[in-house]
Amino acid sequence: MRLSVLEIGGKGIVCGLDVSGHGGDVEEAELERRLLEMGFVEGAAVQVLHEGLFGRDPIAVKLDDMRVALRRREADAILLETAP
Amino acid sequence: MSDVMNTARVALVGNPNSGKTALFNALTGSRQKVANYPGVTVERKEGSVTTPAGCRALILDLPGTYSLRARSPDEMVTRDVVLGQLEGEAPPDVLVCVADATNLRLVLRLVMELKQVGRPLVLVLNMFDIAERQGIRIDLEGLGQALDVPVVTTVAVRKRGLDALLHEVDRFAGQTAGSITWHQPSAGEIRAAHLAAERILKTHVKPPLRPDTFTGKLDGLLLHPVAGTLILFAILFLMFQAVFTWAGPAMDLIDASFSQIGEWVGAALPEGLLYSFIVDGIIAGVGSVVIFLPQILILFFFIILLEDFGYMARAAFLMDKMMGVAGLHGRAFIPLLSSFACAIPGIMSARVIDNKRDRLTTILVAPLTTCSARIPVYTLIIAAFIPPREVYGMSLQGLVMLGLYGAGISSALIVAFIIRRILWRSASEPFLIELPAYKTPDAWNVLRGVWQRGQIFLQRAGTTIFAMMVLIWVLATFPYAPVAATEPAINYSFAGMIGHAMLPIFAPIGFNWEMSVALIPGMAAREVAVGALGTVYSIAGENEAGLAATLAAKWSLASALAFLAWYVFAPQCMATLGVVKRETGSWFWMWVMFFYMTGLAYIAALITYRTALAFGAG
Repeated sequence: MRLSVLEIGGKGIVCGLDVSGHGGDVEEAELERRLLEMGFVEGAAVQVLHEGLFGRDPIAVKLDDMRVALRRREADAILLETAP
Repeated sequence: MSDVMNTARVALVGNPNSGKTALFNALTGSRQKVANYPGVTVERKEGSVTTPAGCRALILDLPGTYSLRARSPDEMVTRDVVLGQLEGEAPPDVLVCVADATNLRLVLRLVMELKQVGRPLVLVLNMFDIAERQGIRIDLEGLGQALDVPVVTTVAVRKRGLDALLHEVDRFAGQTAGSITWHQPSAGEIRAAHLAAERILKTHVKPPLRPDTFTGKLDGLLLHPVAGTLILFAILFLMFQAVFTWAGPAMDLIDASFSQIGEWVGAALPEGLLYSFIVDGIIAGVGSVVIFLPQILILFFFIILLEDFGYMARAAFLMDKMMGVAGLHGRAFIPLLSSFACAIPGIMSARVIDNKRDRLTTILVAPLTTCSARIPVYTLIIAAFIPPREVYGMSLQGLVMLGLYGAGISSALIVAFIIRRILWRSASEPFLIELPAYKTPDAWNVLRGVWQRGQIFLQRAGTTIFAMMVLIWVLATFPYAPVAATEPAINYSFAGMIGHAMLPIFAPIGFNWEMSVALIPGMAAREVAVGALGTVYSIAGENEAGLAATLAAKWSLASALAFLAWYVFAPQCMATLGVVKRETGSWFWMWVMFFYMTGLAYIAALITYRTALAFGAG
């Protein structure tokens, strides 16, 4: 399951990043490192808190104990497993 | 020890929203200097403080970052300074990593990167009072041992813990730097560092007993898709109103003061060149720029207040989709909105955009939104040419005004769209920002920030913009009119010559020579064109009603409409061009803006003129 498909209240644990399809090799590697630096690391708990008005995009998520906003396009690279 | 040995260079590094600037303000007070790093638009803030041991410490406030792996020009400065590799910048003796004590997760990884730089490092847990209030229990000793870095706690806004921090600076100041082992971390290394940080966090930091529920509750309202958007527009409306109307009395006062100074100085000077240079050139020139100061101060008051409160990231979240349609970043809306008052603060506030390309795009289109200096030109032409009729119950004059505003904002969005799609197609900047916990802004820090913006603007007004104003005065003054001149003096000046010379270029868009001459002094500021038209038509004083009647008699409707179309797009403002030069750090982008806006203005005026002619408005 990808973070991009979750609705408000939906949650999961990050189990990997899949940045393929996000531009060239350089952009993909860059996006992966940026997501990691922001804390989207394997094992991090994620829950969708808010959605934007148009196309329910971007989304605001609770990421462990911080809050992060991102577009569904970027959220598509974040793989989740169901929270225990 | 010598003086040189006694001065320690300290660099403040940290995540955004860690209270780094508040700590910088607390340490250095009013002993601050704001400048730019050479060649880049990144602001360099340095201040000095005396340590408990009596040494002088130079504190450098570096741009916030999550990693030394730089992505924006700001972060590159941070990386290069930290590594001691920025040309013209002495390497720091001590690095101070500033952390928000309530949000340590990401900063611990930055600490690990900073340790690889080989310079003495101190970790500061700032906003420690908030952490205590929330019942976050931090084992300071254990944390310091695990990271192998001394840990100090501070409350910057209350000036607590500063001595302990400076004591550490004293302790390290004499040390020589070790070798740099830092390299760009790979994805795998970032993961490993996170795991290590996570382990340290679990062992030495116990989660809050009374977590912050306020931020979550307030976000429920402020990030609500409908209510949140409405509140954002209400805030924007208030800001727009404030910049537009509250600044009015102060602007009138500045205007009156400069006229008064002009009169006083003028009375003491004999008529002649010196009189004209000082009164019309210098005093009027500086006055026409300083008059924007109230708008700039009010605008930045709101921006800094909202930024410190933690709202700006939310506003970017709410606006991202709408701005995204034009290929702009969510953060671009503040600069564009500000530009309705004046493009100068708008362009200056584009600093909130991290990405260089997004910032450039925003700067390039900001002057297309209808600034307040266009209003005198619009009202003059509308009063002269648009009949005060009602159309479907609405004033035709009002509709034309609204149409001109619409043309401004839609052209800004369309040009942004074109720039992003054609020039920088491949670069789609990810939208990925932290939404910081809400915090009560500190009045002192807000006022200091506003004051610094004002200072920067005045410095600029005193240099680049002032030089351009003097240039325009020279063009409009020399050479003198002959003794037996029958026409206004400006017609014999360089400005007049240029206007006449450009007539063949402007004739196809319906401009007569009076209009093309007025464009030259109109470069000082858009509204100056009104006065310049008065000068070329020899209308005494500021009698706009008389001028409107003259224009109505001398211009065709098609020419007037073409003149309006020209003013929607033309870069008729030296001050804006000067600020673009300054903010982008290059003449290149200033000329790009000048030529693309002039091109748009010409095409728009041409189409307007020809269409109007076709409809018999010649």
